[in-house]
Amino acid sequence: MKKILLVDDEPNIIMSLEYTFKKNNFEVYIARDGQEALDILENQIPDVIILDVMMPNVDGYATLEQIKKNEKLNQCKVIFLSAKNKESDIQKGLALGASDYITKPFSLKKLVDKVKGLLE
Amino acid sequence: MNSLTLISILLVYLTFLFFIAHWAEKKENLKWANNPYIYSFSLAVYCTAWTYYGSIGVAANSGLNYLTIYIGPIIIIPAWIIILQKIIRISRLNNVSSIADFISLRYGNSRFLGALVTLICLAAILPYIALQLKAISETFHVVTKTPENSLALFDTTTYVAVALALFASYYGTRYVDASEKRKGIITAVAMESILKLVFFMIIGIYVTYFVFDGYGDIYKKASVLEHFNTKNTIGSIENGMNWFFLCMLSLFAIFLLPRQFHVSVVENNREKHIKTALWIFPLYLFIFNLFVFPIAWGGNVLFDGEVKNADTYSLLIPQFFNNTFLTIIVFLGGFSAAISMIIVSSISLSTMLSNNLLIPYTFLGRLKNEEQEINNKKIVTIRKIGIFLLIIIAYLIYRFFALDYSLGSIGLVSFVIIGQLAPSFFGALFWRRGSSLGAKSGIIVGFLVCLYTLLIPYAYGLTNTTNTFIASGIFNIDLLKPLALFGLDYLSPIAHAFFWSLLFNTMTYFAVSVNFKGNYRERNYAEMYIDVDKYSTNHENAFVWKGTAYTRDIEKVLVKFLGEERTQRAMSIFNTKYNVDKNQELADARLVKFAENLLTGHIGTASAKILISSVVKEEKITLPEVLKILEESNENIQINKKLVETSNELKKITYQLKHANENLIIKDRQKDDFLDTVTHELRTPITAIRAASEILIDDEDVPDDLRKQFLNNIISESDRLNRLIDKILDLEKLETGKQKLNLSQNDFFNTLSKTIEPLQQLIKNKNISVILDFQKPLFLFYDEDRIIQVVTNLLSNAIKFCPEVGGKITIEILNKSNFYEINVVDNGKGIELKDAEMIFDKFYQSDNQNIKKPHGSGLGLAICKQIVELHQGKIWAKNNENTGACFTFTLLK
Repeated sequence: MKKILLVDDEPNIIMSLEYTFKKNNFEVYIARDGQEALDILENQIPDVIILDVMMPNVDGYATLEQIKKNEKLNQCKVIFLSAKNKESDIQKGLALGASDYITKPFSLKKLVDKVKGLLE
Repeated sequence: MNSLTLISILLVYLTFLFFIAHWAEKKENLKWANNPYIYSFSLAVYCTAWTYYGSIGVAANSGLNYLTIYIGPIIIIPAWIIILQKIIRISRLNNVSSIADFISLRYGNSRFLGALVTLICLAAILPYIALQLKAISETFHVVTKTPENSLALFDTTTYVAVALALFASYYGTRYVDASEKRKGIITAVAMESILKLVFFMIIGIYVTYFVFDGYGDIYKKASVLEHFNTKNTIGSIENGMNWFFLCMLSLFAIFLLPRQFHVSVVENNREKHIKTALWIFPLYLFIFNLFVFPIAWGGNVLFDGEVKNADTYSLLIPQFFNNTFLTIIVFLGGFSAAISMIIVSSISLSTMLSNNLLIPYTFLGRLKNEEQEINNKKIVTIRKIGIFLLIIIAYLIYRFFALDYSLGSIGLVSFVIIGQLAPSFFGALFWRRGSSLGAKSGIIVGFLVCLYTLLIPYAYGLTNTTNTFIASGIFNIDLLKPLALFGLDYLSPIAHAFFWSLLFNTMTYFAVSVNFKGNYRERNYAEMYIDVDKYSTNHENAFVWKGTAYTRDIEKVLVKFLGEERTQRAMSIFNTKYNVDKNQELADARLVKFAENLLTGHIGTASAKILISSVVKEEKITLPEVLKILEESNENIQINKKLVETSNELKKITYQLKHANENLIIKDRQKDDFLDTVTHELRTPITAIRAASEILIDDEDVPDDLRKQFLNNIISESDRLNRLIDKILDLEKLETGKQKLNLSQNDFFNTLSKTIEPLQQLIKNKNISVILDFQKPLFLFYDEDRIIQVVTNLLSNAIKFCPEVGGKITIEILNKSNFYEINVVDNGKGIELKDAEMIFDKFYQSDNQNIKKPHGSGLGLAICKQIVELHQGKIWAKNNENTGACFTFTLLK
């Protein structure tokens, strides 16, 4: 079973994501901001991380920077999922090493396909 | 009294003066030594021994005539504020150090004219100095009751003269630059002026009120004397003319006497000192003359019939009553009057002698090749010897020639000679056309007439009627009688000579100037003198010069006289003043003039010009060209002035534009950020709604409770979306003024309760204590719903920023003059100062929340601000002392 970490401060969005990925046989972990995500990553090494950008305390970009510093997490794929849809925001996210940058609102089906594609 | 005792007293007195001079020189920067009173009193060097003793002689022998010498200056002094100020300004700008410099510079910097003026001054002043020595000597012998010794070597006054000469040459030549101020000497002279006035008043009071019973008593006793009436009335119209000319004579003298020029112009520190001198000096002259009449006629009454020298009445009277103390006091006053005149005159004469005669005609060639130190030493030595010799020569004149004349008569002759400078001097100030040739010929012709009508007859003896020259004129032509030229036989010899010499002088000056135009340089200086105010800040600009000159060559010349350090300093001042690159190889007109000015104080205007000319190549310019250049430079100055004004204005506008632009950029960025934030905020609920809907439509197996949950989410996110849109519209309404207030009287405490109620849960969650600090009830006039909105916003912010433990919010209301100040204070981390103003701008989000999730839409405080301002209040934020944030808004009473 593949592990996935969902990071977003919007509980209603998390709820939909959690339901969908569980349905697709993922082991789901949830964090409400960057700091919580980094705490979980101390013990868990997920295959995919879905990361929001605008979050309190530690934002998505800073979280990814921390993830990239940690060698244990080398194999983790990171997908940004953000309402910030400016080209500059997207480029910044990809430059930090994200596998993909998906803008909100998004199609759950396409997101699941993308995640599965990444893992193959 | 014993000669030795008197000499010792004199020595003590001289030491005292020496000490004053020395002290003032040391403290030259002290305010005390720079005050306008020193300047004003130093002008009283005008009152010499002639005033001190001679006036009494004149008053006793010929009545009121003595007054003319004081009336002249008093008439012209009010005009000083214009004329003297102009002279001082011209002299300061050109580094002028004597009247010879002043006149010769105006007429094209003419070497010959400078020398001529110097000679005239020497001719006029040397006998005048002799007169002072004579006064010292005579009074010395009166006080000691000793006869004069015909052998100079055994006459004590010889040694007095030598001592004076040494003092003057030591203190008069402290600076190589003759235009430097001599604080020491001037302070001593001012001191002496005060002493001589005080001493004279003492003897005046003594004679009037102790020897006699006041003015009335003297008048009563004197009026019975012979000739009293004729001596004390002006009398005929002829005599009136005499008066008129004598007044004119002294009016000129107050400007032209080298010592007056020296104290009033060269030693002037600040132009505003003239204002003080304007009333002190005439008052001084007035007080001085109060007691001349009583002493003179008191003496006449006391010594009626005895043959006495009336000049010395002020000494003879106390001596007659055996009052030794008073006698000495009077003697010291006269001594002061004499020596200040001698010292100041000899300093100014020696400056002229060296700068306008000796250096330009003889020493300049040798100075040119020497090093700076040697040069300075030479110049100072020339002046030292000059001062010393002048005094000694004056002494010799006194010993051999001047023994027989009274004080007053020599003084007046000297005034007539110096008066010859008047046409060219005043012409320099007011007449553009005056030319060098005109000035020279005027002075020479005037002096020759003076020689013919005054000096030669004087040499023969004025009363010597048997002399054929005086009795019948040259070649026996009646019209050429020296004392009655062209039949003018009713004026006194002095007035007569003054009238004719000045008439011829002035006419020649005008006629020659009009017929023989001066060269371009004369015309150039004419402009610089007459329009001095126009050029006062950038004087060198007015100098017209064309040719090739190298900065390096000019610097080399300067170094020879100023030394390396001062030259470099002067050059850097010049470069800064005119914004000239210091590596500029070619020198321009301004530098040429600047360099001439620098040298002028050391070696005089003429030599300065000669020296600079020797290292530059000047091209001749025609007169019309000069006029054109001057006109252009004048226009340029005005255009420049306008340009500077315009450019300043532009600078201001540019600054404002830049500021406005920066603000716009910030606003623009804020707007982008806001749109970003708003779209982000709009997309977030849409995303949630979309995701939930997608699950519901695609997945039929969703359990019922979960399906319900998803549907609830869709509803709440839709509400959120709606609220956000409401807020945006709300702000838009407030900003565009579409929102009207619904004003009514409310109890603020009530309003506050309504506000806090919905927030209770949040406050309890964080365990925050809320303190209300104000008097209840508080009725105010406002739109309650809107104010609730404001306070809610401020409170939610405060709650958000309170620490997790020990949070505390205080709401306090301060009663100010016509409004209330409502403070919402928390104890959180506070706000960044740079944010304090901008957080109320809509769209603004503090830098440190740019990427992090904002705590709100960025609209709350902007809406608060709009609401408060609609209530005519203000809102602002600052950090409280306890590091929390303090938000304040005001409500009108």
